[in-house]
Amino acid sequence: MSERKTPSRTNRTQISRRDFLKVGAAAGGGLFLEFAVPSAGGAKTGVSAGHEFSPNAFIRIDRKGAVTLIMPQVEMGQGIYTSIAMILAEELDVRLETVTLEAAPPNDALYRNPVLGFQVTGGSTSIRAFWMPLRRAGASARAMLVEAAAQDWKVEPAVCSTAAGAVIHATSGRRLPYGSLVDRAAQLKPPANPTLKTLADFRLVGTAARRLDTPEKVTGKALFGIDALPPGVKFATLIASPVLGGRVIRVDDATARAMPGVRQIVVLDDLVAVVADHTWAAKQGLDSLNITWDDGPNANVTTEEILEQLKAASLRTGVVAKSVGDVATALNVANRVEVTYQVPFLAHAPMEPMNCTVHVKPDGCEIWVGNQVLTRTQAIAAEITGLPKDKVIVHNHLIGGGFGRRLEVDGIAKSVRIAQKVDGPVKVTWTREEDIQKALYRPFYFDRFEVALTGAKITAWKHRVVGSSILARWAPPAFVNGVDRDAVEGAVNLPYDVPNFHVEYVRQEPPGIQTQFWRGVGPTHNVFVTESLVDELAHRAGKDPVSFRRDQLGRAPRLLACLDLVASKAGWGQVLPRRVGRGVAIQDVFGTNLATVTEVEVDEQGEVYVKRVVCAVDCGIVVNPDTVVAQIEGGMIFGLTAALHSEITLAKGRIQQSNFNNYRMMRINEAPKIEVHLIRSVEAPGGIGEPGTAAAAPALANALFAATGVRLRKLPVDRKALAAGKSA
Amino acid sequence: MIDLQINGEIKHVDAPDRMPLLWVLRDLLGLTGTKFGCGIAQCGACTVHLNGNAVRSCVLPIGSIGTRAITTIEGVRATPSGASVQQAWLAAEVVQCGYCQSGQIMSASALLTTTPHPTDAEIDAAMAGNICRCGTYVRIRAAIKSAAQLAAMRGTDGDRTDNV
Amino acid sequence: MTLLSGRLRFPFYAAGAVSAAVFIYFLWIVLGPGPMHFVGGKRVPIGTYGAGDPTGVPEVLSRAPLIERGRYLARAADCEACHTSKDGVPYSGGRAFVLPFGTLYSTNLTPDPETGIGRYTNTDFLKVLHRGIGLGGKRLYPAMPYASYTYMSDADALAIKAYLFTLQPIRMEGPQTNLKFPFNQRWLMGIWAFIFNPDKRFEPNAQRDAQWNRGAYLAEAMAHCGECHTPRNLLQALNNRAKFSGTAQAGWRAYNITPDRASGLGDWSDADIANYLITGHADGHGTAAGPMGEAVDDSFKYLTQADAAAIVAYLRSVPAVATRDLPRPKTRVAPSSAEEGVAGNVSPLGKAVYAGACASCHGWSGVSPVMAVATLTGVRAVNDPTAINVAQVIISGALGHNGVDTANMPAFGDAYSDEEIASVANYVTARFGARTSALTAENVAKLRASD
Ligand code: FES
Ligand code: FES
Repeated sequence: MSERKTPSRTNRTQISRRDFLKVGAAAGGGLFLEFAVPSAGGAKTGVSAGHEFSPNAFIRIDRKGAVTLIMPQVEMGQGIYTSIAMILAEELDVRLETVTLEAAPPNDALYRNPVLGFQVTGGSTSIRAFWMPLRRAGASARAMLVEAAAQDWKVEPAVCSTAAGAVIHATSGRRLPYGSLVDRAAQLKPPANPTLKTLADFRLVGTAARRLDTPEKVTGKALFGIDALPPGVKFATLIASPVLGGRVIRVDDATARAMPGVRQIVVLDDLVAVVADHTWAAKQGLDSLNITWDDGPNANVTTEEILEQLKAASLRTGVVAKSVGDVATALNVANRVEVTYQVPFLAHAPMEPMNCTVHVKPDGCEIWVGNQVLTRTQAIAAEITGLPKDKVIVHNHLIGGGFGRRLEVDGIAKSVRIAQKVDGPVKVTWTREEDIQKALYRPFYFDRFEVALTGAKITAWKHRVVGSSILARWAPPAFVNGVDRDAVEGAVNLPYDVPNFHVEYVRQEPPGIQTQFWRGVGPTHNVFVTESLVDELAHRAGKDPVSFRRDQLGRAPRLLACLDLVASKAGWGQVLPRRVGRGVAIQDVFGTNLATVTEVEVDEQGEVYVKRVVCAVDCGIVVNPDTVVAQIEGGMIFGLTAALHSEITLAKGRIQQSNFNNYRMMRINEAPKIEVHLIRSVEAPGGIGEPGTAAAAPALANALFAATGVRLRKLPVDRKALAAGKSA
Repeated sequence: MIDLQINGEIKHVDAPDRMPLLWVLRDLLGLTGTKFGCGIAQCGACTVHLNGNAVRSCVLPIGSIGTRAITTIEGVRATPSGASVQQAWLAAEVVQCGYCQSGQIMSASALLTTTPHPTDAEIDAAMAGNICRCGTYVRIRAAIKSAAQLAAMRGTDGDRTDNV
Repeated sequence: MTLLSGRLRFPFYAAGAVSAAVFIYFLWIVLGPGPMHFVGGKRVPIGTYGAGDPTGVPEVLSRAPLIERGRYLARAADCEACHTSKDGVPYSGGRAFVLPFGTLYSTNLTPDPETGIGRYTNTDFLKVLHRGIGLGGKRLYPAMPYASYTYMSDADALAIKAYLFTLQPIRMEGPQTNLKFPFNQRWLMGIWAFIFNPDKRFEPNAQRDAQWNRGAYLAEAMAHCGECHTPRNLLQALNNRAKFSGTAQAGWRAYNITPDRASGLGDWSDADIANYLITGHADGHGTAAGPMGEAVDDSFKYLTQADAAAIVAYLRSVPAVATRDLPRPKTRVAPSSAEEGVAGNVSPLGKAVYAGACASCHGWSGVSPVMAVATLTGVRAVNDPTAINVAQVIISGALGHNGVDTANMPAFGDAYSDEEIASVANYVTARFGARTSALTAENVAKLRASD
């Protein structure tokens, strides 16, 4: 993976519509299309790209017929390079293998997300964002290639068809490959309204195409950031202050210096790194250091203290995120429930530990890393080194799991600061302990509810979300009017018909810990708390949890269909053995409707065995069904892992978890069977990377209630409570 | 100097006896297919074969290896079950981010070498030491079973599948 | 099974019978033998023992400065383990000793005048070390092994003091010891000391050679092995009738170190024992963890080979005592297939946990595929049907010793439930040990609380 040139084209540009597509000749021959894709935040928040045409994606078809799409999104294992290539190949009518995808180089001017103000991949938004623009671009290019051929043959374009990268005149049997038509097509005016294929015409979209990025991943050839080995590279590992905001006072490095292979000890204000001939020597050296820290103002932070602050904040009135009807009056009924829920801090712990290779020279800086925010990477390196941005070259690599962690540049900043002290390139690898303990975490949320039930209907719903704001720190322009849209996502769009509905947000930043997006973002917490509470209400109303939900989904026919399908596939209503239970949860987040039934068994000691998970998904038109299923499966395991095992806690300002022995991951022998049923849909595609994660905890918690009668109002699952039969 | 037999070649390595094999492979020999995930034998990302058995290279001191043959993901295709496992992995679309998959494939191919037709329980026992954060477990189970069938076919029909 | 509760449980008889029984028992206790009584023979003053002086530092250090000799001896006496709290500065005290009747905290041994030993004169120091009497006449609890240290020569004790006075003074007021009545009555310890502390310095045994005498001095006056490995009577004094036959300590089992074949060290070679002391590991027998792991790290690993060999010689001379519940360790290696070896119905949860968290290092055969220290076959703890130490090491992990290992045993206590830990411990004893344990989740909860 090397850096790529910004796409170039000649000046003869044809504009179809000011805000849609530009077409021209590519430098060196061929057809070049520029178009705009509303990126992550744009798709998510519905804000348009603005009135000016600013293309951020580019298609080049060369004289050999090879198609290249250059775009801001990066591949992180979510399979988007395959799915996006499928969309383009479909409308362009070329074989999938002829499409190559290239990640764009860092360039905010070209690839900026209009809402967030910079270039970013994330939020289960890639397919949603690309779907229409890419289809229209593909269809336009195809129309122009047809027109070019028709001119050549002197026939009407309408009598020509396309297949497998060629234009065909059926009556005469003539055939011209795209490559031979690109130069002529580049001179044409793009159609104002290209005709898109109908669903019935799709021959690629909706089929299980092979992932393009996998062959290298099964042979060990794929290069992740951690695999970068520029010539002359040295190896380092680091320890940052165990307490956020702490400082190094003194380092006794006598032993380390004498160790074979150890080259250099870099002491910075807030961290110490050992540079060596290999990572093992660096680690040995680091372990032998005797470092005295000044823990600073967060020296005594504990999780208990943070929880107390959140609880206190939950008694404050928040900023209104959504309000319908008159909740205050409607709450004035007999059957009224007041409950609180809470979810803990979580680490991302991607399998590839944080790492970054940097070479700082007087006149430039080179970075080898895998991450989701290339321009931020470039900017932070420029800021630290004082170099102009264009002197910072970023080689982006495959990402060994992001889950949100690689939307941050904290590790890049640390690595660049270390590299400034090192002669030549240096690869900084975090130990797993450092990766888990000096990270940013999913927020600790505390939720306060007041709800009213009239008969078997929810008539009032007041939900106060309390937690830190990631957006306010990470993308200040997106933090509008004091509401963190991410923190309330899944809460404001509750699918049920509740006449009096009120959601508030209270921002409460914890001391001594920073928070950050985590796979499933806001909904991982909101779907858990709302769907658990809806389950509580069903039982209070004496109704079956599925029919209680059914009766209140008038506004959500797609979700209702999912619920019905999952109930029948899971065998809902069957009599189950003692201490076996099934739980249901539904959600409409990330543009995808998902209903889940989870079956668990709980032994007398409170040990939980997740047996089976059944999902019914309507994610709109499915581009690659196999990828959808894989993402639901993986998202579900990710969410179950957190619900069953994960919690980051602090004592004396320090994160207490460190590696997989105490920050536990679900293993294959704990993993349930997962069945995913896709619903045929003609709606626009929804996001699929995160819904499974959001669905895991609520369906599990509801199943645990069914099995034991214990309602868990906080995560992770409390086995002692399940054993004792007490709600917690 | 220690001599190690890696993927059929002898490598001379200038490193301390107690240095774990993982770092010799990655940092000294540039064989980066073997991954670092935890360093404490809890995740399996670093799995290699030692005389055909799956071991965690992050805790394996090179001084203890002696003349035993080391196979890494770069060389597993040449082992009896390696190619079948790789092929089954692609057919089942197991891979997501891919970072854990070198280790998964090494564990799976070691399993199939000793247990050509593993039961679910045998798969669970052999694979439980390999964490996949992307959650590909469901497919790993399926892929191991189809790899077992592939290997059986290979046994009768010879090597028919080359496109890994 | 009552684990380690140590609670006093009096059978209730008629009052007269009770007093008589109590009196007889009391006499039996009071008249119990001293730690070196077993060997018989004649003890002589150091000066008159012909084969040399068994006290002091080894030959190599004989000309070293006082401070250096003091450091060797302080390590040999393992002051650090007890006088350092978790994550605390060495020797600054504050380590908690949880007893059934309250919690004791160790004191600060750095020379800080307010909170440490900075104001101790030589006489004060000897008084506390030999007699358990602190500044101002404060009586110490026998958690401080002064009934062992009392055998230490004045010269050695003062060398230790000289070394401690070179430490960086740390101002560290540890938590106050807080015991229930009547255990909070420190004066009672005066009576205890009167009965149980011989208050005598070491005297060589004229019938034994120099190595034995050196070993006796190191084991009794310095390493105070008996404090953990000898069972105690109801008055918390060592019951030397069952010397070194093993007992429970801080939630761990301190095993039988007598020459008994099945339950003691009878199957260990001299080299095995010496290696175990110095490296924390003996091939085929196991790796030190828990309190013994600390003893290796803070003390034994600093001993010279000759001193370790002397301790071995002394251990070999102790009468063999069998521990009834400890079978001879199984040395046969388990099958390398997970599906063989243990019946499927034995602890399926334990097997699942083992497969995920343990098999990578320990293997299915029990012989580690990666590092010798992780081999389970033949290990005492694995062949202990109470599985107490197996559970403890799972809960709190074990550090490598002497830095020779590539990884430590991680602590799993925070992420695995009591049930999972009990199950995997039972699976381990079933698969690799001579007898299957039946640890329960409740037992594990107690073990967690006792450490
Ligand atoms: S890196 Fe070796 S098992 Fe995790
Ligand atoms: S595929 Fe990403 S960790 Fe397994």
